[in-house]
Amino acid sequence: MARKTEIAVVGAGPAGMAAAIEAGRAGARVIVIDENQRPGGQLFKQIHKFFGSEAHRAGTRGVQIGLDLLREAEEAGVATLLDTVVYGIFSDRCLGLAREHHTEELEADAVILATGASENALAFPGWTLPGVMGAGATQTLIHIHRVLPGKRALMVGAGNVGLIVSYQLLQAGAKVVAVVEGLPAIGGYGVHASKVRRAGVPILTGHTVLRAEGREGVERAVIARVDENWKPIAGTERTLEVDTICLAVGLSPLAELAWMAGCEFRYIPALGGWVPLHDGNMETTRKGIYVAGDLAGIEEASTAMEEGRLAGLAAAQSLGHLTRERGEKKKGEVHKRLAALRMGSFGEGRAISKEQILQARETV
Amino acid sequence: MKGETETGGVRKTGIPSMKELRASPGYPGPELLARGPIAVIECVQDIPCNPCEAACRRGAIHVGNPITNLPVFYGEKCNGCGNCIPVCPGQAIFLVDMTYSEDRASVSFPYEFLPMPAKGDIVEGVNRAGEVVCRAEVLRVQKPKRFDHTAVITVAVPKELAMEVRSMKRLKREG
Ligand SMILES: Cc1cc2nc3c(=O)[nH]c(=O)nc-3n(C[C@H](O)[C@H](O)[C@H](O)COP(=O)(O)OP(=O)(O)OC[C@H]3O[C@@H](n4cnc5c(N)ncnc54)[C@H](O)[C@@H]3O)c2cc1C
Ligand code: SF4
Ligand code: SF4
Repeated sequence: MARKTEIAVVGAGPAGMAAAIEAGRAGARVIVIDENQRPGGQLFKQIHKFFGSEAHRAGTRGVQIGLDLLREAEEAGVATLLDTVVYGIFSDRCLGLAREHHTEELEADAVILATGASENALAFPGWTLPGVMGAGATQTLIHIHRVLPGKRALMVGAGNVGLIVSYQLLQAGAKVVAVVEGLPAIGGYGVHASKVRRAGVPILTGHTVLRAEGREGVERAVIARVDENWKPIAGTERTLEVDTICLAVGLSPLAELAWMAGCEFRYIPALGGWVPLHDGNMETTRKGIYVAGDLAGIEEASTAMEEGRLAGLAAAQSLGHLTRERGEKKKGEVHKRLAALRMGSFGEGRAISKEQILQARETV
Repeated sequence: MKGETETGGVRKTGIPSMKELRASPGYPGPELLARGPIAVIECVQDIPCNPCEAACRRGAIHVGNPITNLPVFYGEKCNGCGNCIPVCPGQAIFLVDMTYSEDRASVSFPYEFLPMPAKGDIVEGVNRAGEVVCRAEVLRVQKPKRFDHTAVITVAVPKELAMEVRSMKRLKREG
């Protein structure tokens, strides 16, 4: 017979943990499931101090935020099921779990999907050589496994991920030969870029990687300038001696479970591609199935936590653990903080895209 | 001066230009700088961030609502304590003391690389582009627990380079 719970949260990153904490505090029975041995999602790879507001523990390192969330979840009576992959979602919110060489089922009254994102790849001649890897993989090697992936790295992509991971490679003792960015401007925050520049790393905008060369692994990278259509400009090729090429060319929502559940999607490039539609409660077009965090559109840990809180509160309210009045009040506070996080030139685009999702949801 | 060359700005090169810095409300002018140790905030974009505001107990930094506002610096209230330096996740706050000596100024910056320099060491001062611009004497290395692994290094540099030197060249690892 299938195990039962009130609320099942898939993914123990900042979004899932925040959802579980709110729902648990409201009095719901909550289980968080994650495929890793340790909860925290991306947070445990992030040794840098976070941006955001004081209320989001900005200035605190990601690792510490992860530890705080774990403690709060425990205090809220949340159960965790680790080393467990949710391989499917079936009718009536029944989850298929794979763990310890067997499978089992978990039935829930509400499901919150907070599975995060996967890294985009970039294909170029030589991209299958050992030494070409995602920036997230680089972070996992350095911070989880304590292995330096190489001595001389080329970073592809000057968004926040590319900039932060470049800095972390320097801290770990590698040399970052250059950061190349195809766009004419740096996409990440200027302050992250400045840190990397002060450490002597050039950031080459309007450049891309043409190919990786080497016999058994990466030995060289050939880069070139590109025109506004991303076409390499002949005669601008340069060869860099590197043993590692890190790709930080964007993230895509990890949405398989939401697809499987039959949720409606929209393609929104500013949020990373196909994202499940949701309402102001983070509820998808399938009743009782909620989404939060990078899965609901690629943003940041602070927005992921707020969306998680919304989903947790809404799910708890729908199951009668919060009065309508109290639920609406608490969610109103979260909405205000979310709006503040999506202001300014870096947030505006996401605010508009998020609004599109809400509107599209209403027309479905 | 080297740091005076226009760089195309922070979005293009990762280096805030002098124009961007002077136009930002966190950058103290020459009168304030002449008074003694003072914070220099080099945060020129409207990012959602505000820990600097709470870090300053003297109320010299204001972000307010919304948190995408640029930090506004009220230099008259700043006593040069340096509390804001390690808290800023952007590592965008420095401390400059133009009155350090006749010909030298001191510059404090956040630093997160091993090995750490020690007091008395002569290191290489680098500008915002990471280029070595001078030799610098390490005056202080602060890394109390509350800084949470961000050390604050203070170096003495030729006075005319006080608004250029923003870090030091990383030291070689042993072995
Ligand atoms: C290099 C880098 C630097 C960043 N820096 C910052 C920063 O400075 N400030 C900031 O605010 N944000 C930052 N972020 C962004 C932030 O980390 C993410 O936005 C945030 O982690 C998203 O949270 P999440 O909970 O949605 O997903 P995640 O943290 O990715 O968590 C999802 C979890 O779900 C698990 N999972 C997925 N599918 C399944 C399944 N089927 N079964 C079981 N478990 C599953 C995953 O293993 C993972 O543990 C950074 C991200 C990166 C990559
Ligand atoms: S140096 Fe001290 S007084 Fe000046 S702004 Fe920073 S925290 Fe405030
Ligand atoms: S803490 Fe640093 S990065 Fe954040 S707003 Fe203040 S000065 Fe800018």
